[in-house]
Amino acid sequence: MGYEMGGERRRWWVNRTAMVVIWVVVSMAIWAGLHLYIRRVSMRKAEEALVSMCEERARMIQDQFAVSVNHVHALAILISTFHYQKQPSAIDQETFAHYAARTAFERPLLNGVAYAQRVANSERDKFENEQGWIIKTMKRDPSPVQDEYAPVIFSQETVSYIEALDMMSGEEDRENILRARATGKAVLTNPFRLLKSNHLGVVLTFPVYRSGLPPDATVDDRVKATAGYLGGAFDVESLVDNLLRQLAGSQEIMVNVYDVTNISKPLIMYGPQQPDGYMSLSHVSMLDFGDPFRKHHMMCRYSQKPPIPLSAITTPSGVFVICMLAGYILYAAWNRYDNVKEDCRKMEELKVQAEAADVAKSQFLATVSHEIRTPMNGVLGMLDMLLDTDLNLTQKDYAQTAQVCGKALISLINEVLDRAKIEAGKLQIEAVPFDLRAVLDDVISLFSPKLREKKAIELAVFVSDKVPEVLTGDPGRFRQIITNLVGNSVKFTERGHIFVQVHLVEHSNMVTDTKSEAHLNGWSDEHEVKSCRTIFNTLSGVEAADNRNSWENFKHLLSDETSLPDASGNEMPGDKESDKVTLTVSVEDTGIGIPLQAQDRVFTPFMQADSSTSRNYGGTGIGLSISKCLVELMGGQINFISRPHVGSTFTFTVVLKRCKGRAIDEAKRALPEPLPISFRGMKSILIDERPVRGAVTKYHLQRLGVTVDIASTMKTAFNAIAGQNGCSRSHIKQPKIILVEKDSWTSGMDTCLGNQLTEWKHNGRLSEVPKVILLSTSESDKIKYSYVDTVIMKPLRASTIAACLQQVLRMGVPQRKQLPNGSAFLHNLLAGKNILVVDDNKVNLRVAAGALKKYGANVVCAESGKGALSLLQLPHKFDACFMDVQMPEMDGFEATRQIRLMESKANEEARHGGMTPQDTTEKVGWHLPVLAMTADVIQATYEECMKCGMDGYVSKPFDEQQLYQAVAKFLISKASPDSEK
Amino acid sequence: MAAVALKEQLASLMDSMYQEGLLDEQFQQLQSLQDETNPCFVMEVVTLFCDDAERIFGELDKIMNQPVVEFQQVDAYIHQLKGSSSSVGAQNVKLACIQFRHSLEDNDREGCLRALNVVKREYLHLRSKLETMLQLEQRIQAYDKQKN
Repeated sequence: MGYEMGGERRRWWVNRTAMVVIWVVVSMAIWAGLHLYIRRVSMRKAEEALVSMCEERARMIQDQFAVSVNHVHALAILISTFHYQKQPSAIDQETFAHYAARTAFERPLLNGVAYAQRVANSERDKFENEQGWIIKTMKRDPSPVQDEYAPVIFSQETVSYIEALDMMSGEEDRENILRARATGKAVLTNPFRLLKSNHLGVVLTFPVYRSGLPPDATVDDRVKATAGYLGGAFDVESLVDNLLRQLAGSQEIMVNVYDVTNISKPLIMYGPQQPDGYMSLSHVSMLDFGDPFRKHHMMCRYSQKPPIPLSAITTPSGVFVICMLAGYILYAAWNRYDNVKEDCRKMEELKVQAEAADVAKSQFLATVSHEIRTPMNGVLGMLDMLLDTDLNLTQKDYAQTAQVCGKALISLINEVLDRAKIEAGKLQIEAVPFDLRAVLDDVISLFSPKLREKKAIELAVFVSDKVPEVLTGDPGRFRQIITNLVGNSVKFTERGHIFVQVHLVEHSNMVTDTKSEAHLNGWSDEHEVKSCRTIFNTLSGVEAADNRNSWENFKHLLSDETSLPDASGNEMPGDKESDKVTLTVSVEDTGIGIPLQAQDRVFTPFMQADSSTSRNYGGTGIGLSISKCLVELMGGQINFISRPHVGSTFTFTVVLKRCKGRAIDEAKRALPEPLPISFRGMKSILIDERPVRGAVTKYHLQRLGVTVDIASTMKTAFNAIAGQNGCSRSHIKQPKIILVEKDSWTSGMDTCLGNQLTEWKHNGRLSEVPKVILLSTSESDKIKYSYVDTVIMKPLRASTIAACLQQVLRMGVPQRKQLPNGSAFLHNLLAGKNILVVDDNKVNLRVAAGALKKYGANVVCAESGKGALSLLQLPHKFDACFMDVQMPEMDGFEATRQIRLMESKANEEARHGGMTPQDTTEKVGWHLPVLAMTADVIQATYEECMKCGMDGYVSKPFDEQQLYQAVAKFLISKASPDSEK
Repeated sequence: MAAVALKEQLASLMDSMYQEGLLDEQFQQLQSLQDETNPCFVMEVVTLFCDDAERIFGELDKIMNQPVVEFQQVDAYIHQLKGSSSSVGAQNVKLACIQFRHSLEDNDREGCLRALNVVKREYLHLRSKLETMLQLEQRIQAYDKQKN
């Protein structure tokens, strides 16, 4: 792995270096390309400049030349006019010289002009006589005899040295003269060294005719008509020098002028003989000096190589730098990208590790919690047993303390486990049909013993009639939340009440909305007014934190319910289409409240209001955070209102589902203890001065089907009875029961009540003396009242009331409806089955065994958990086991746990150790149905049963229907193959 | 004929016992469990119950006579007795036991003794009735056997 990584890394490095090199080379190429391009562009510009300069010079020279030629032409015409056509001639040498000198500015290019007359040989003597000199050759000798001569007769002063010289004697001039008179135009000689100045120059010759020639004159005509020749010498060198000096940039440019009449041998007219300067760039311009026979051209070039422009260096360099920078940026970005990618990969790895660690943590927590719980149960069991032995007071105290601590630890572990489960998202919210009211009753029963110790607290439950009887949700978790909140309330409340209310959220909103405004606005006023009063309109008369729950509001809720009687039960016309039911549950107490500064961290785990409360009341503070999580899992929210030293009200909402059709019946059947229906239609009177408490009592009685009239005092109650009897005795039922709240029971009341009732009985106004029942929070009241038939202990539950009523009214327990063929069915189920019954109580054992035997089962008994285990060593023949929960030594839970442990081991071995013959027929492996037998009917035990691996639950004195339900659940499915075992 | 009379006697005895609240419907269930395969079931159970109860009373007396009363132990025994009495259907004994357990909460020796006496009285009352009942039943069965 490391080697591979290294290889990859090296390859990467090589790759990167190659990229860098390529990039640099490319940049340099760009530089070079750009440089060359710029140079070429500048060269082209230089060339263009050269061309234009050259052309300009050529044109100027040409123009100047043409001007001079024109002027010479004009002179020729002057001579023709004034010398030949005037008799006598108007021009002599003096005049000519003078005129020529004064018009020299017109001919800047000519050194001077001279006129040579055509003299035939025949006229030579006459001519020489006329002039007074003889014709001389160029070499200043007297001219030999020729056919004709061309002696200069007029000359400008600058060239006076050629006077009397025969122009025909010079080779160049003669040729010129001959060509000029033939063409009639100005002609030029080859360049040659001029006399005197020794500059290169050319001679211009112009013919002068005697009279006007016709334009179509022939060459002969012209020759005949020729009178003389006008000539001038062009000093080309100085001419060009002058010209060039006038122009800008003359230093930069080298100019050569050539005569290219003979193309193979150009004759240089101007410029250095050996051309120097920058040769590679040159331009040639044609020059037309007006002589068609001769051809000239001008060649220009730069004297020096044109300099390389600065931009040819700077621009590519700039581009190069930019390229390098861009390359560096790319490189850096790439590097950075690589680093980030590497970091990201590392982070992914770490994340995976962290997640694994988290999972491990959760697993560890779960395992450890479970592992702690098992020995803790052992410790607790042992402590239980220790407490049963002979101990002296100190020892007992120690043991009890240890037990309490152990229990606290177990509950803490359970809570931590719950919390961990929620965090791990492993907590699943169930959806099973359940009876909310029954759940609340169970919760209340759980707290009854604790509350009786405290005596002064009233615990009450009220469920709105609009809440459907059976809802689908998670009863266990719902119970957990309620238990938690109520538990907290019980812990922190010393006096007053704890009041649990359940309403539909829409309904409660509707009512509170109308009221809340007034409440919020008048909060402070109301508060003051209330604190002046000593009794509040709450359940127990003690002030509560959230006065939305006071009677004023509660009354609204109630009145609303009664005004819409058809809305009660399952039929809510508006809600029918949505099968979701949102409940709002509030738990109100009159405890110490939550300090203001601690209110915002109430739902943080392990956070109690403050350390001092923690010391006073104990507990970990994890409960509320779990409750919050659970409420959120159930789609609701939790919040609270609390006022220190007044109390707290926790309110939460949950979203449950409506239960439909058959599910309701099934759910009802599954309830462990359906409420008796024998009280339906019974009538009662409740005497209670507190309307809220009255409403709660009424709620419980109504669940039993008892109609209730509430009277605030004894007197109104009597009036009510009397009034009823007075007007219509026949069809209004007389109240059978009078319930009296203990607070409303004044001294002397019993005798008064007794007398009144017996009197009525004698009068015949009452056919039967109603039973008087006292509602009390403490047991001590039982003995004190003579006229009371019985006392119902608070907290009220429908089932406790039912039991009490049965006792008072001497009603036999109504025979439960037998299931169709119930016992026959049971017989079918149980016949031939091997069943183990475990109970330490011999009597119970015998009875249970007898009951099971009756249905044809083969019963084996064991008197302790250990005995059961020894019988259940695998393989065994039992089909089911009924297990008492409370047993010395090893209780039912522990025994079941051991059984499950053995089974899982055996199953594991079977799975790993290959197939045994048994496995071929049975794929599930060992799982003995274990049913708990217990006298407790509270749900907590039920959950405990499920937790330690029990399959069901039977309440202790066996009841046929219940037995049927419990057994049917798991025996039906495996009815046939079981007998083979 | 005597059997009929005996049966009537038994029925009236049972009625009175139910009326007084000595027995409840659980006892009926017990009786319903008794059949040909198990002719002495009720008697067996009742005897077991009586033996158990008397053993418990013996233990309780021992505990109560000690200078320091171990109320936890008392509670355990009473719980046992309550269990067996509810299994048999001895309603009054069961109720007395419940009462006893409540009074135990005060850890009051005198109250405890008083409650124990109530339980004992209820038990003895029940036992005498049960004995009569069992004798009647045995005689009825004896007659039945003779007839057969």
